[in-house]
Amino acid sequence: MNSPESPLAGFGRRFRRNRPAFYAAWLLGAIVLLALFAPLLYPRDPFAIVGKPFLPPFGEYLFGTDQLGRDVAAGIARGAITSLLIGVVATVCAMTIGVVVGGAAGYFGGRVDALSMRTTEAFQTVPAFIFAIVLVAILSPSLESTIIAIAVVSWPPMARLVRGEFLAMKNREFVQACVSLGMSDLRVIVRHILPNCASAIVVTASLMVATAILIESGLSFLGLGDANLMSWGYLIGAGRTVLRTAWWVCAFPGIAILLTVLSINLFGEGLNDALNPRLRNAT
Amino acid sequence: MNGRVVAMPVAGTGATAETHASHGALLAIRNLRVDLPPGADRAHAVDGVSLDLARDEILCVVGESGSGKSVMARAIMGLLPAPHVRVGAGEILFGGDDLTRVSEARLRELRGKDVAMIFQEPMTALNPVMTIGRQIGEVLAVHGGIVGRDARKRAAEIMASVKLPDAEAMLDAYPHQLSGGQRQRAMIAMALILGPRVLIADEPTTALDVTTQAQILALIRDLQREKRTGVIFITHDFGVVAEIADRVAVMQHGRVVEAGRCEQVLSAPAHPYTRKLIAAVPSLIPRKARTLAGAPVVLALRGVEKTYRTRPGVFRAGGRTVHAVRDASLTLRRDETLGIVGESGSGKSTLARCVARIVDADGGEVLLDGVDLQKLSRRAMRVYHRRVQMVFQDPYGSLNPRQSVGDIIAEGPIVHGVARSEAWRRAAELIELVGLDGKALARYPHEFSGGQRQRIGIARALALQPEVLIADEPVSALDVSVQAQVLRLLADIRDRLHLSMLFITHDLRVAAQVCDTIAVMRDGAIVEYGAAADVFGAPRHEYTRELFAAVPGTGSRYQRSGIGYNSPDPGAGCLSTDP
Repeated sequence: MNSPESPLAGFGRRFRRNRPAFYAAWLLGAIVLLALFAPLLYPRDPFAIVGKPFLPPFGEYLFGTDQLGRDVAAGIARGAITSLLIGVVATVCAMTIGVVVGGAAGYFGGRVDALSMRTTEAFQTVPAFIFAIVLVAILSPSLESTIIAIAVVSWPPMARLVRGEFLAMKNREFVQACVSLGMSDLRVIVRHILPNCASAIVVTASLMVATAILIESGLSFLGLGDANLMSWGYLIGAGRTVLRTAWWVCAFPGIAILLTVLSINLFGEGLNDALNPRLRNAT
Repeated sequence: MNGRVVAMPVAGTGATAETHASHGALLAIRNLRVDLPPGADRAHAVDGVSLDLARDEILCVVGESGSGKSVMARAIMGLLPAPHVRVGAGEILFGGDDLTRVSEARLRELRGKDVAMIFQEPMTALNPVMTIGRQIGEVLAVHGGIVGRDARKRAAEIMASVKLPDAEAMLDAYPHQLSGGQRQRAMIAMALILGPRVLIADEPTTALDVTTQAQILALIRDLQREKRTGVIFITHDFGVVAEIADRVAVMQHGRVVEAGRCEQVLSAPAHPYTRKLIAAVPSLIPRKARTLAGAPVVLALRGVEKTYRTRPGVFRAGGRTVHAVRDASLTLRRDETLGIVGESGSGKSTLARCVARIVDADGGEVLLDGVDLQKLSRRAMRVYHRRVQMVFQDPYGSLNPRQSVGDIIAEGPIVHGVARSEAWRRAAELIELVGLDGKALARYPHEFSGGQRQRIGIARALALQPEVLIADEPVSALDVSVQAQVLRLLADIRDRLHLSMLFITHDLRVAAQVCDTIAVMRDGAIVEYGAAADVFGAPRHEYTRELFAAVPGTGSRYQRSGIGYNSPDPGAGCLSTDP
């Protein structure tokens, strides 16, 4: 290897160059750590009543208590894992569907393309959030149905993106060279085209996590979340009736969502910069 | 040619041929230095260049890619990609202004009006959503305040002067409705409408077919004579230089290594680099014929057809049909190199892809040792893929950027069942066979130059030990000196491994160097097919003759200039403005 730096070091350097993304990555890391270690910080059930209702924040309890006397800070900490888990798992599902459908459409073209793109468009005609509500309502609220609903409404943009990338790649000469070397379609797709589309897919997926967290919060806010799981959306939903008298019940979970989604978005942009080959040699 | 000579000595403004370079320069570049950002492969794109452009002359700036010739042209126009690339020192004097220091407002005033530019790719240089007429009109409105009917009349006049047919109708056309040559004419019209004193042409004919190129060169030459413009013509092609230049400046690594009058530089180049460049221009005399008559036929094409159809859609009535290849029949013997020559859109690449079965032909037979490849299923075809391999045109697009060179070369054999260690051992042999270091195997394509990548592509094709090698424009993306090396490598490998080669090219000079037989294609059909010596010596079809006539540098000027035909009579003028 004669290159002056390893690919990973180059990636790190380019990522750090995007300052907001760099800080967002730290913030995101802190949120993930909080989610993982929340059971140690707040070992009690977050639904448990710990004190008087409507205790203001920064007193006995960091973020105060809600109308039933539950610790808001405990709810945020223990709810973090729900939001993040749903965001990541739903995104992985949506990404898989999107890559398979879009990849097949782009690579094979013709009828496969027409069929899968019409299906994709059919899904896109229904507003995503309404569609998710309907799905959860049909499937009955639970962790699984939330994940399924989010995955089902999130894959179409991914499919369209992957199709476009595949269409462009398919006519590149190195792919034609693969065909003329006698490789099977699957090998060409998995070994040659997919790695070249990876950066676009990863960046889009990272932004999809943020959207998934927002949809999950929205569903929980409407009371369509899993009743046995604490989540940020649930906290806001429960606190909205007392918004004027006890602002902290809604505000702190809201800020948690804001910071998480913002950091994921900035992180995604940083990934885009770091993976974009056109910026690779810029200083 | 004579007409031009006669048209020359008019209106005594002091700019006769004698005084061109000495005094009264129209544009003077003095010690120009253009800095590149830190981390680039060199510190200065242009380093201490001094050039004079006289009124009423064509100054050709020649160089290979990376020589800084385009950067210099852009510096004159103030079009450097700021802030990374900027003028570090020196001056560009034009009519009392130093273009490196004038305000942006003054520069805008000069651009288009006094200094105009035409680019290599007219499709991207024109706005696709505006009609030609409106784009020309915009130039008039910005600089002259001419609008409405007057503007349209002026636009129609200039369109007629660049010899566009039906100029009135052309004004209402969009760029995509014009052919490449017509677009370039429209670009020239737009550049010349305000009568600029300096025209900068940055490889304006490189993207064009050879016959169109000949027409555009003649047009630029005629308009320059008529309007007495000073033209800076950037090119990499010495054939074009011989065709059009009054004076030549040769650039290498950002410096001018040689400058002088055209006939002087072409017939008696002083600098070794100039000599190397001129020597690398392939001659049009075909190589010695070899006897192949008795050799067995490896590949035979019989009546191959390929038609592309766009199906009618919901909003589009009727599909469009393009006959990419019609009724093509060819035979390729063992050891033979068959050149398929044609302009873009002639179907030569489609035919190659039919043989490699990257696309399926619609009719006819492609027989490899008597087996019709078209009838094989994709699965059965995989075995035959091994025997027919392809080298591609684009050295940047034809290698997977995410694979190491070793993986790229070894993957073919591995797919066909060769053990990994064996495939890598063979890759190591091949990489040395194509003239690269064994260490290259662990590196990635982006670390190599265009010529080196093309060598890797050849090694990949050879890894499967094919009998037929299809080379699709393998050198057309390379600089002329690199081109010669890669051609030599291909010829060497062909002779050593007894390969049959199908060589696709648009360049007759290149074809003359490597091919035993030549097939000339036009609009999907083979119009002439025969031994190279016959086709080059006495072309029978009118189109073939047209192609030969259009090769830059084959005119009388060129023959006397000392390259090309290796004429024994060098030194006679290549300059029509000689007194």
